[in-house]
Amino acid sequence: MKNGLINTLLKDDKASQRFILILMAVSILVPILNLLVPESWPIHVSTYTVTLLGKYLCFALLALAVDLIWGYCGILSLGHGAFFALGGYAMGMYLMRQIGDRGVYGNPELPDFMVFLNWQELPWYWYGFDNFGFAMLMVLLVPGLLAFVFGWFAFRSRVTGVYLSIITQAMTYALMLAFFRNEMGFGGNNGLTDFKDILGFDLQSDYTRCTLFFLTALSLALAYLACIGIVKSKLGRVLVAIRDAESRTRFMGYRVEHYKLFVFVFSAVLAGIAGAFYVPQVGIINPGEFTPINSIEIIIWVAIGGRGTLYGAVIGAILVNYGKTWFTGAFPELWLFMLGGLFVVATIYLPQGIKGLFDKWQSRQNTATPTAGA
Amino acid sequence: MQEHSVESLAEKSILYMSGVSKSFDGFKAINNLSLFIKPGELRAIIGPNGAGKTTMMDLITGKLTPDTGEIYFRHDIDLTKHDEADIANLGIGRKFQKPTVIESLTVFENLELALQGKRGVFESLLFKLDTEGKQRIEEVFDIIGLGAKSAHAAGSLAHGEKQRLEIGVLLVQNPDLLLVDEPAAGMTDEETEQLSNLLKRIQGDHSVVVVEHDMEFIRSLDTEVTVLHEGSVLAGGTLEQVQQNERVVEVYLGR
Ligand SMILES: Nc1ncnc2c1ncn2[C@@H]1O[C@H](COP(=O)(O)OP(=O)(O)OP(=O)(O)O)[C@@H](O)[C@H]1O
Ligand SMILES: [Mg+2]
Repeated sequence: MKNGLINTLLKDDKASQRFILILMAVSILVPILNLLVPESWPIHVSTYTVTLLGKYLCFALLALAVDLIWGYCGILSLGHGAFFALGGYAMGMYLMRQIGDRGVYGNPELPDFMVFLNWQELPWYWYGFDNFGFAMLMVLLVPGLLAFVFGWFAFRSRVTGVYLSIITQAMTYALMLAFFRNEMGFGGNNGLTDFKDILGFDLQSDYTRCTLFFLTALSLALAYLACIGIVKSKLGRVLVAIRDAESRTRFMGYRVEHYKLFVFVFSAVLAGIAGAFYVPQVGIINPGEFTPINSIEIIIWVAIGGRGTLYGAVIGAILVNYGKTWFTGAFPELWLFMLGGLFVVATIYLPQGIKGLFDKWQSRQNTATPTAGA
Repeated sequence: MQEHSVESLAEKSILYMSGVSKSFDGFKAINNLSLFIKPGELRAIIGPNGAGKTTMMDLITGKLTPDTGEIYFRHDIDLTKHDEADIANLGIGRKFQKPTVIESLTVFENLELALQGKRGVFESLLFKLDTEGKQRIEEVFDIIGLGAKSAHAAGSLAHGEKQRLEIGVLLVQNPDLLLVDEPAAGMTDEETEQLSNLLKRIQGDHSVVVVEHDMEFIRSLDTEVTVLHEGSVLAGGTLEQVQQNERVVEVYLGR
């Protein structure tokens, strides 16, 4: 049954089939090369690299979420970093509770930063976060709920285009300022860090790292399939209709605001999941994740990869972040210029991003060997 | 006495507009406009640029709400209380002045989206095209042509073809009242003739309000004409009658 569903989703979609295959291969190979291959071998993958790749996959999931709303429905959210960060904070709160009395102050009831601030008891909104299930529910619910409330007002009042983008930026900026405040109870500008373990597994161990990496890849694959399911259904065609001609869609009798709300909330939940996988792998979450620039960067990944293709967003996120890792090592002060330049080049010369390049290359190959099949 | 006659007028109309006004920053685009369309009627509306024809359609379809006045559909539905999606689902279809189709979807997918049925998010997610729907789309292809371009992106169509596709979208929706804004613009003579025949054919089953500048087209419709000027009705009657009306001549020559 499940296989049947996946088969119908990927039928006649070579690119997606290939994408899922590569992703699954990587998700299995990388842990093997890390855990089973001796360190002295050249094909050994270091734990540092596993974590780095895991981080890229989190960004890829985030880019996928943004492409779903921007590429297909024309909603240019410049605040998706906020949903990512909220999912990350929910996970971070669970990880903080896991520390227990192993903190610097050894307080079994309160996280270190609360002891430091002289707080006597746990704020109510931290209740329940020592339970993994509850925390995971919050990973989905908090970003989803914020997106619902935000989208409800924005889409009903028909805020679109630049105005919508600006208020999403305002949203993430406001959250950043809020989370910077110590009184908020989320660790102020230091955020949440010094995590020890997750579900009892040591976060520093290679096995935990590899499992996290594998689960991230798996979530990315599942999220990709879910997105494919959406965009290939009539729902996806309604989204495209809204993107291309919102008025026309309304006059066909579709409630545009409901469609936008649905896809916006779904996308925010995906972003939250991405954030939740990100935090245990990088080991910290702080208010910097809410910075408006982060949200803009996501858009650049998607644009460079190729908007409106889903896998293009994934490729864009991975390549740009790989470039970032390399560049910030070599010429840290040049990265932002580099990123801006890439964006300009992509919009002018590669309107369909890297995905467009692939298409061109492929059609050239096809025309080069027209008689091969005959 | 007076009231009684107005009421019966409302009862006989599929569309009833009375004393409707709409201003943009103090400029009265629609000024105390009254208009009644009978079920099954084909009505042509003409008027110089800026007469308020498109604004009138915006008011009927819920894109705009009037400052004053009443707009009723099927004598008891107050259209001023509904939005575009509601009004479309009540059975009013609209073709825009600038042909508007979903450019990146195929011709077929454009028609499919317009098929009658539940419009909810989850219904759309689980939607499967049934034979009835396929048939309906085939029927419409027979009417508008374009069958050979079924799998082409709508954005790749010529202007006239887009007009035909948008008419097709309306037909698939199968509304009781069709509002058609300048459908002949960009069409070849042959297409225009086909369109005119089509509109004449569907009157009776549907009510049709068509706005057009092309007088040949209006003549070929052979139906009652209403002249709009500065947001209200200037004259009405057959095309010959209104063309002989001095005020109409003045308005058209005076611009
Ligand atoms: N949203 C708006 N804001 C301000 N003015 C508007 C708006 N919509 C229409 N108008 C004005 O109202 C008047 C009527 O416009 P409308 O588009 O209804 O004319 P029309 O009869 O359809 O003309 P045409 O034959 O050129 O299509 C015009 O003067 C136009 O400039
Ligand atoms: Mg007009």
